[in-house]
Parts: sequence; structure tokens; C-alpha cells
Amino acid sequence: MKIALFVTCINDMMFPRTGVAVVRILERLGHRADFPQQQTCCGQLHANTGYQDEAMPVIRQFVRTFQGYDAVVAPSGSCVAMVRTLYPQLVGKDPDLAAAAAELTLRTYELSEFLIDVLGVTDLGASFPHRATYHPTCHGMRALRLGERPLELLRHVDGLELIPLEGAEECCGFGGTFSVKNPAVSGAMLDDKCAAVLHTGADYILAADNSCLTHIGGGLHRRQAAPRPLHYAEVLAS
Amino acid sequence: MNAAHGKGHLYGPARFERAARTELAKPQLRENLRHATHTIRDKRAEVVDELPDWEQLRESGRAIKAQVARRLPELLERFEAAAVRAGATVHWARDAEEACRIVTGLVQETGASEAVKVKSMTTQEIGLNEALEAAGIGAYETDLAELIVQLADDASSHILVPAIHYNREEIRDIFRQRMPGAADTLSDAPEELAEAARTHLRRRFLSARVAVSGANFAVADTGTLVVVESEGNGRMCLTLPDTLISVVGIDKLVPSFADLEVYLQLLPRSSTGERMNPYTSLWTGVTPGDGPQRMHIVLLDNGRSATLADPVGRQALSCIRCSACLNVCPVYERTGGHAYGSVYPGPIGAIISPQLTGVAENTSLPYASSLCGACNDVCPVKIDITDVLVRLRGQAVDSKRGSPSAERVAMRLLSWVMSDPRRYDRALRAARRGTAPLAALLGGRRTIRHLPWPLSAWTSSRDAPLPAAESFREWWQREQAQRGETP
Repeated sequence: MKIALFVTCINDMMFPRTGVAVVRILERLGHRADFPQQQTCCGQLHANTGYQDEAMPVIRQFVRTFQGYDAVVAPSGSCVAMVRTLYPQLVGKDPDLAAAAAELTLRTYELSEFLIDVLGVTDLGASFPHRATYHPTCHGMRALRLGERPLELLRHVDGLELIPLEGAEECCGFGGTFSVKNPAVSGAMLDDKCAAVLHTGADYILAADNSCLTHIGGGLHRRQAAPRPLHYAEVLAS
Repeated sequence: MNAAHGKGHLYGPARFERAARTELAKPQLRENLRHATHTIRDKRAEVVDELPDWEQLRESGRAIKAQVARRLPELLERFEAAAVRAGATVHWARDAEEACRIVTGLVQETGASEAVKVKSMTTQEIGLNEALEAAGIGAYETDLAELIVQLADDASSHILVPAIHYNREEIRDIFRQRMPGAADTLSDAPEELAEAARTHLRRRFLSARVAVSGANFAVADTGTLVVVESEGNGRMCLTLPDTLISVVGIDKLVPSFADLEVYLQLLPRSSTGERMNPYTSLWTGVTPGDGPQRMHIVLLDNGRSATLADPVGRQALSCIRCSACLNVCPVYERTGGHAYGSVYPGPIGAIISPQLTGVAENTSLPYASSLCGACNDVCPVKIDITDVLVRLRGQAVDSKRGSPSAERVAMRLLSWVMSDPRRYDRALRAARRGTAPLAALLGGRRTIRHLPWPLSAWTSSRDAPLPAAESFREWWQREQAQRGETP
């Protein structure tokens, strides 16, 4: 199987360890992921903010980069949701691009989908002796319907104590440019999410999106609170 | 020909982000909203879970409304013919002004100087109370929550529970100070408050000669109007006065009586968390000696035809005003309805209001969402609200392409960088180099507390991370080289 890693632009620049973790996980399972270096971004930032014309060249670059792979794996619920749910709507005007994008949406997976649905693995032999809570990000939960998948993988991690997060299904308030366009509302949502995370007494706050984790982690850091943000791929790779 | 956009109470004086900031600064309001929305959302979830065919009902609800959108002209004519046959008079109003003029004229014809009202979003949308008042006609709200808001000289804050932003103590104070005949000793016990309102309203019902209503549904086959309410005040308005004037948005049509079966299951469970609605009134024309003897139906467009023209946005017209999306929305929960400026707040308001007025008039509302999608999941007619929000954001940006903006410059630049791997690679290195001295200054810490404008919006409530010392692609190249493979 020819697997491509879409590391996402935020991970590339800010959280390279998440990408490294995915590489290590796949290697452990005997797969060699390719990292096509032509990749940049999925175009979500542009599309969600209303700059659809500006999103198009970025989407084109994405489709061009990942054509020809059997599977594209990304450690980000929201970027996969962009490809799967928004691409079909955005590329309508360009028939060639629409056909290629439609094909690509069927082969693009969030990490937990790929591990469980495609590779049929739940136990990665990981060990992480810490207390952690898991925030199921909105795109992972509602746009991709990841359901229990990430938790199922985490439950097999040796030594990991998973503490339930109250109001887990509520948005943390990040929402891409929402966080800077409506900073007051976003901050109020973050207040409640941070309170819920602190209430768990966990050492780590895990999620499938580093963007949401940057927001929640930034809020916790501002409060000088202990829980550290960590992408769940890093736990699985440990 | 392009259909005209709507007017009326569909936007406020301030952009959402500013109005929201004002509302967020009211701790009592936030507590009231949190308590109320969580109570209703929990109740809704419970009764929805009871129905094994809920998803099929939602699909039916969606499909019927999609059919209505396709057949609207034909269904409207069918409705008009049936209503006229049953003895009603049908009027057509292009926009808010025209509808207000028609209703005011009809009330004046009766010689009455006041009218009682059934709770109606449509009459709020067109600003009917204000128009009647300007003509010297008193319009009295009879729904308890609407009455509270009217007495307080305030605006509704929720589609279903207009006074959701008040708690009981605040309502008691409003009654004591503003309601004619309310005792100074009135307590905040719900039964005492309800009794005070009942006594006050009874007098109005018995003297009123004219009533004004909206309608939840309009049945095309029979010319029947339907009002769904919880208190029985609507039924009093619909049966006691001589003249009944109903203002009905053209999106309220359903083809036949049988379609009500679907919506009368979807609506109460979604809106109030009740299994069945307490008072459902249906009326068709006039019956000699029974109920109102003159019946007028004002069919209102006010931007609905224009909304219908957008293939994605038109699904907003399927809305049955249940308000389930408001009760699960994290943004609404923190700001309340006033921040939206429109009589339609929350996620559904953020897509209906800009479409009725034209997006260019209402550019901040499509951004009043984190696109979390909680609204999509509870919508009883499966409106893809987030999809429409993204669509409207696109239209909002396009409507301002002629004027300069720092945001557009940044987005264009980013698009230019992101569409070419070499440019992207260089930008990545530059970002890292640019922030390296900063990281050194911070003593190796990679978190920063204050960023300059416009990123200061981010650091207003959270710390920001700096780029990693080594990007993923640099790691990858290093790793490949170590393995002896050419990157």
C-alpha cells in the first residue's frame, strides 16, 4: 500500500513531533509512509474565512500532491474534514479538479480511521504512564464521526489513565479565524473548557487536532495551569 | 429578474463582535442563559431519544420542505385559492413596509384602537408593533415571555423563549413596575407570576376586537393556518375577536394536511422538549357565528424569494423556528440573542438574517459561529447550517472585494505562498529565523504572552506558541539523509 503522510501546515511549522509520531507508529506496524514534499496546506483557513477564490490554488496544490497514493493519512480531524466535506462543494466549477478531488476524498483518512478501519489495529504497544483527558474536537466528532476510535486506541496504551472530560462535546472556541474575529466569545468558551480540563486533575489534555490544542493549551498556559496539551499520536507513538 | 431583499428587524446597529462583547460583560445574563439553554437541550435530547424513527422524521421534514421550495409559486396559488374559497381575504406583501401598511390599514378599517397578538416572529421581523403604534394603535403581546419583553421595553432574545435572558427575580421586578394592576407584594413564585399575567391578559382578550397572528404552517390544499403554542393565549386571540389578521411568511407553506403529521412530531420535541404540543390551533377561513367573522391573510416575501434563488442558502427556508440550534450553540449560550441584532438570533439567525437582507448588509453574522456543527446535529429538518455559513462568508468577502482590507491582503499573500512548495518552504524557514531571536530572548521558552496587532486578538485570552526549532520537513530531510536516501 502506497501511504502518504499529510502532516498539515500547522504541524509542519509548529508541532513537527506529531508528524514524527505518525511516521513512527506506521513504521512500527511495518508500513513506510511517504512524505510528499510538494505538500503545503489543505486550504481550510481560506475557505472557512470566506476566501474561496484564494483557497482554490491551495486546493489544487493539495490534489496535485496526493494523486496516485492509495491512502493519505493526516493527524488532524479538521484538515481531513476540509478535504472530505468541503472540497466537493468548492471544486464544482472545475470538472477535472472535481473528479480528482472526489477520488481523493475517498482515500484521505484521519489517523485513527486509518489505523482502525484500514489497518485493523487497535493495540499499538504504546506505554504512557500518565493521567490524561481527551477532548474530541468538533470536526473529528461531528464532521468525520470519529466516534470512539481515538479513545479505543488510547485505551490500549499501557499505563495511561483516561479521565472523562465534562462537556467534552462542547466546542473549545478555537474555530480557526473565529478565535481572532470574535476573540471575546472565543475566550469565554475557552474559559469553560479550561475549567473542565482543570477539573479532571489530568496531567495531559489530548486531542486529534493541534490547532484546538494550541488554543486550549494557550489558555491553560495563561492560567499557569498544569495540564499539558499533547496530540494523541504522540501518546500512541510512545 | 432578481428578487428584492428584505427589510425590518434583521440587523442591529453594531457588528456582532462588538455587540457580543457588550453582552458578554453581563455575568447575570450569562448565568441565566447557561441555565436555560442547558435545561432545554437536556430535555430535548431525552424526548428525541425516545423516538426510534427520529432520523426518518428529520429526513421527511427536510424532503417536504425541499419540495415546497421547488413548487413554491404553484403552492402559493393553491393556498390562496383555497383560503379565499373558505372566506378569507388574501393580501400579498413584498416587504416589511408593505406588510405593515396593509395590516395597519386593515386594523383602521375596523375602527379599533388596539389589537391583541399571538406570539409571531414574522410580525417582529417586519416591526409591526412599532408600525401600529405609530398609527395610534396599541398592539398587546399575549404570550407570557413576549409580554415580559414588551413590558420591559426590551427586544426578544430567543426565538421560542423571548425572555430567556431574565431570571424570575428580574421578571417579578418588571411586573411590579410595569404591569397595570400588579401588586407591590408580588413574589417571584412561577404560579404567582403566571396568575398576575393571566389576570392582566384576560381583560385584554375580553375587550379586543382585532387579533394579529402569524402561523407556524400554512396548508396549501385547504388554505388552513396552524399555530403551535404552549399557553392557550393564542387560542383566545384566534377565537374571541371579530377580525383576525395573520401575517405569514411564504416559507411556511406545506403541501397537504398529511404533512403536518411530520412537523407536529418534530417541532415540540425539538423546541420545548415536549412529546406533544399543548395547544395546536388550526383555522380555515370563516364560519358564520363561530370565531372571527373577518379573516385576512398577509403573505410576506421580505427577502424570501431572494433567498430561494441561492441553491445552497435556500435550505434556510426549511426552518420551522424550533430554536433547537440556539439551545446547543456555544456562541449563543454566551452572548444571548441581542448580540445578533436580528429578531432571528443563534445559528439559524446567522444564516437567515443575512440572506433576507442581502449578505452585503449583514456581513458579521456569518462569522458569529465557530463552525462546531452542534446546530446541524439537532436541526429537525436537517439544515446544514455550517455549510450555509461558509457559503455566506464567501459572499460576504465577495461583496467587499472593491474596498481595501488588511485581511484580504494577508489571505492573498498566504494563498500565493501556500500554492507553491518552494515559496512555502522559504516562508517556513523565514518564520523560524524571524522568531529565533525571540525564542532566545525568552530563554528557550517557545510560548509568548503578547503578540502585535492583528495577532493581539489571539493573545487577548491565550498564550501563543512559537514555531518549532526544526520544522517537520526539515526533520524528514535529515532523517532521509541519515538513512542514506535522497530526500
